Order: sequence, then C-alpha cells, then structure tokens
Amino acid sequence: MADTNRAVEKLQGKFAASILEVKEDRGDWIVTVKKEEIVAVLAFLKKECAFNMLTDVTAVDYLGKLEDRFMMVYQLTSVPNKDRIRIKAPVSESDCRIESATQAFASANWLEREVFDLFGITFDKHPDLRRILMTPDWVGHPLRKDYPLQGPDREPYKGRLS
Amino acid sequence: MGVNQSLGGNVTVTSLDKLVNWTRKSSIWPMTFGLACCAIEMMATGASHNDLDRFGIIFRASPRQADCIIIAGTVTKKMLPVIKNVYEQMPEPKWVVAMGACACSGGIFDTYSVVQGIDEALPVDVYIPGCPPRPEALLFGLTKLQDKIMGEANSFGSAFGLGDRVSTV
Repeated sequence: MADTNRAVEKLQGKFAASILEVKEDRGDWIVTVKKEEIVAVLAFLKKECAFNMLTDVTAVDYLGKLEDRFMMVYQLTSVPNKDRIRIKAPVSESDCRIESATQAFASANWLEREVFDLFGITFDKHPDLRRILMTPDWVGHPLRKDYPLQGPDREPYKGRLS
Repeated sequence: MGVNQSLGGNVTVTSLDKLVNWTRKSSIWPMTFGLACCAIEMMATGASHNDLDRFGIIFRASPRQADCIIIAGTVTKKMLPVIKNVYEQMPEPKWVVAMGACACSGGIFDTYSVVQGIDEALPVDVYIPGCPPRPEALLFGLTKLQDKIMGEANSFGSAFGLGDRVSTV
C-alpha cells in the first residue's frame, strides 16, 4: 500500500490551515477538515484531483464520545484514477449546520436531505431541504443516539420478562 | 293425482341470509395490495400451484371492486394513511386479513417507524401468524374467513338498510 496519496498531498498543500487530521486506514485515505471549508475542499477535489463522483454523504452521531457531536462523512470516487477518498467534517450540536455540498456536487441533494431528516443537521444553501424518509410532520430525528428506538410515545423494551 | 313434488327436484329452500353469505364467501375478491415479503407468499398462493381462483378468490386491482384486503407485510407509519385510504375506498361489506407477524403485531420490527399491528387502525377479521406464512397458512386463513362470512346474520336485510350485519363467529 502506498504511503502517500497524490490527492491528499495536493489537499495538504492547498488547505494546510483547515485540515484537522489525515489518516490512512486499510488503504482508505481519510481527511478531516473544518466544516467551514467543506465546500471548497470538495470543489477542489472535483476540479483539481478528478474526484468526479460523490458516492455517499452521511453522518455519524458521536454522542458523549467526541466534543463535536456529529461527523459529516463524504465518500468521493475518482472514476478516471480508480481512486477513493473520504472527507470528514465535525459539526457541533450547538451550531448544527454546515454548507451544502450541492454547490460542488448536485448529487448531494437527496443524500443531504436524508442526513437532515435522520440527524437534524441543517444544510445552508441547499436547494430543497425537507424530510425525505420520514413523514413531513415527524417530530425528531430517528438516527440520533438519544432518539428512543421504539419511538417517543412508547414504553422502551426492557428485555424479556421470563 | 295432484302435485307430489311442489317445488320440483332442482329447487333448494334456504334463508336469504344464507344465500347472501354463500355468494359472498364464494367470491371473496381481495385487493391487489402487497407491502413486503408476505406479498410474495400471497402471490404464490394466488398462482397455479395453490390456485386461489378455485375458491372464487380473484385479486382485483381496484379497491372499488374489492371486498377484502389482505395486509401482507410490514405496515410503516408512513404507509398507514395509504392503507386507510384504500380501505375506506372499498365498498361494504368488507373484511380485513392480517397476514404475517408484522401485520398482526409489528413482528420483529419493534421500532419507531412501524405500526405495531394493523388492528391499531383497521378491524381485523382473521390473523394469520408466520414470517411469512406459507401459502397453506394463507389458504387456511381465507377458509376461516369464509366460515366467518357463512356465520353472519342479517346479511340480507343489512344490504338495503335494515339493521346491521351481525357476526356470530
């Protein structure tokens, strides 16, 4: 496995101030950046590093484990270079918003709606930010770790009684 | 001389309720409506090997022509208004069959998004357990529904507004 990645080096040269962590895990390169620079980073990777496909946008809830509760995760694929990269950006609970990746990749539209629906992270400058899986009148964000599994209106399951 | 056989050999005497019940149980037309894996089993029951047609059970593609709805699968809270809508579009008399563990009780999906049994919203006549139930189980359930229909009282009178249908089973 290569010790370096050309795209990661380019990224480090351009966004040295906003990169929080660079990690290689089992052949995957993972770059954590400040959330303010996320659109610039994604646009740079698209234009300069040929990462022309946004495979997935999702989030992780690190409730009680990290200082910033949420971590946005962007999976990018470079079809011409046969390469992949993962970009992450921490989002705090108190300021639960991030710039929309639709400004770089139009395909982020529905993926970000899903994250908005299930995690409650707001995407600024998103063209059509509304729930996509749950009903429009749903209260709460089910994939948050503090959302009750059986729903807020039910007694939680406490294991078998017998 | 005289009339020995007043009604002839090809006439049967019965009550009107029984006649109506018999026609109804012999032509249960379920709504073509599947929700999850149970629907595959329901289709298998309708196909040639088990052949629901021999009971007069013919799937209809419109709720206006159907008098039975087989809830075949997991009912999510998002789907529930649609099912209610379809049920309300069906003309009386109508029956509901809850097919499978999910339709009966929510099944393994003990979560925020799944209705814990369709009986929270619709009046269920027959519950069929199984995950999914085999075609034989669905056939047995539908036979049970036929028994229930045969046991109904005042089905003739209620058809033109004289009181209500009474289930005796």
